[in-house]
Amino acid sequence: MFTVNESFDKTPKMMREIYCETLTELAQENRNIVVLDADLVSSSGMKPFFKQFPDRAINCGVAEANMIGIAAGLSAMGKIPFAHSFGCFASRRVCDQIMISAAYAQQNVRIIGTDPGVTAAYNGGTHMPFEDMGVLRSIPHITLIELTDTVMLADIIKQLEKLYGVYYLRMARKNVVSVYREGSTFEIGRGNVLKDGRDVSIIASGIMIGEALKAADMLRSEDISAKVVDMFTWKPIDAEIIEYCAATTGALVTAENHNVIGGLGSAVAEALVQTHPVPIEMIGVKDRFGQVGTEDFLREEYNLTAAAIVAAAKRAISRKK
Amino acid sequence: MNITKETLELRVVAESIRLVTLQTLAHIGFGHVGGAMSIVETLAVLYGGELKCDPQNPDWDARDRLVMSKGHAGPALYATLSLRGFFPKEMLKELNQGGGRLPSHCDMNKTAGVDMTTGSLGQGISTAIGLALGMRLNKANNYAYLVLGDGECNEGQVWEGAIFAAHNKLGELITFVDWNKQQLDGYTKDIMDMGNVEEKFRAFGWHCQTVAGHEPEKIKAAIIEAKGVKDAPSVIILDTIKGYGCSFAQGVEANHHMNFTKEQMEEAIDIQVKRLEAAKTSAKEGKGE
Repeated sequence: MFTVNESFDKTPKMMREIYCETLTELAQENRNIVVLDADLVSSSGMKPFFKQFPDRAINCGVAEANMIGIAAGLSAMGKIPFAHSFGCFASRRVCDQIMISAAYAQQNVRIIGTDPGVTAAYNGGTHMPFEDMGVLRSIPHITLIELTDTVMLADIIKQLEKLYGVYYLRMARKNVVSVYREGSTFEIGRGNVLKDGRDVSIIASGIMIGEALKAADMLRSEDISAKVVDMFTWKPIDAEIIEYCAATTGALVTAENHNVIGGLGSAVAEALVQTHPVPIEMIGVKDRFGQVGTEDFLREEYNLTAAAIVAAAKRAISRKK
Repeated sequence: MNITKETLELRVVAESIRLVTLQTLAHIGFGHVGGAMSIVETLAVLYGGELKCDPQNPDWDARDRLVMSKGHAGPALYATLSLRGFFPKEMLKELNQGGGRLPSHCDMNKTAGVDMTTGSLGQGISTAIGLALGMRLNKANNYAYLVLGDGECNEGQVWEGAIFAAHNKLGELITFVDWNKQQLDGYTKDIMDMGNVEEKFRAFGWHCQTVAGHEPEKIKAAIIEAKGVKDAPSVIILDTIKGYGCSFAQGVEANHHMNFTKEQMEEAIDIQVKRLEAAKTSAKEGKGE
């Protein structure tokens, strides 16, 4: 069960701080938890973990493919590996290792890809994953999650201690919009209705949830009632809630910090056309590469804004029959 | 090196594996003949005693692990596992049959006794390192054995793993390179010349040996030496011949994956039956060739 904050400020702590704290807490009890990094320990905020558990914290150097394979091998010895890197190097660079060594071999591996989309900011096009979820989405049985805030992060990491399979977590590293109240819990594979509405549904993920909530307020001032859904699990996609949104509002907008090709827009559309087809508009990166800039500049550059969602909502509503 | 009774028995094991591998391939009429034949003696030594395992309990926690990273050698491993008692010989007919338990490349979730899924070349070194680290964390007295192809060593991931294993002084990892000097498209010297593979591993910080890869007693001695090296990973370069002992494959350039006629295979099996009989006779009489 989850409860939504009344106002949406930034989280008091960074995502990476909560990630490190949660894993440290789990690792004190569970000796099988092992952490792998590829020369980004300073970035991933895992220095305290490496200090506390030197035997269970493995720096693989700048060799991500090897890191994923090692994680798979550790899993085969009963370990619970968490491997992290920047999203592009934790997905597209290691796609075959995730596919074969981890997923096809039915291993138990968690992969954390940080700095999603425009949050990579000054690292620019080489480091800006607009494709990580799309690259991984065609791997059978993989679970893809974009973590919304620190409350969800802590809950999902705790759940992953007990679950089995290959999980990819897309995670911003720094402070994000705080959506959920402390104590909220989450069901992987279920979208969360954050705000109810009648005229249009905005299905969003990651940093776009904050924009979607702002867009809903803007739309309300024009007497348009928008439902907002946090679709934090991209795979398996929650087809039931998509059908419910389509049936109750008759128009959808998806909003993602990712290429709409292969991303959340694609996943929602695939489910939608098989259940209850209604007009859908997609806000996200439109088949472009990343580039350097501030996050604010990049949000404008790629049209990842509340204003863009508002315009898309109106288009979707106007297309209703 | 003295030819002991044990040596002669290992040769019988090897020739048995070679025969059963050929019989397994015979069911389907094509397959990865070359690389299966070249690794037979190493499998004989490992499953003839050096690798700790229990056929009655394939998932035994305290077993050693083998990662057949050159996963296309599956048929030789399947023949070995069957002879060792992991599954009945009858099951070998399932090789490459839809819905069967013996795919062309090794799959740990389908076949009893297979410790890691392989086939996408280069990945086995990393999973083997993971197994070895797991053994270290569990304070288990075990080894992770890894078989790489020489063509496979073209893959960059092999060298990522080589750096990691040396940096972490991974004595639990014992690697073989099946140096049969051929890869799919031809001879390695023509396709992608790796130069001196032993020197490359040595430069990376590994304990290195090169042995005659079709002489079980030499492989065994190398493994025993490798087990004694605690502060570095070991590699044993196996000087082998691709297609060794198979009359229609040995000496043929395109012997990685072959189609063969019933007659070709019958002839190869006939020859192999005689080789096995000769090995058994030597073992019985207690003398070498």
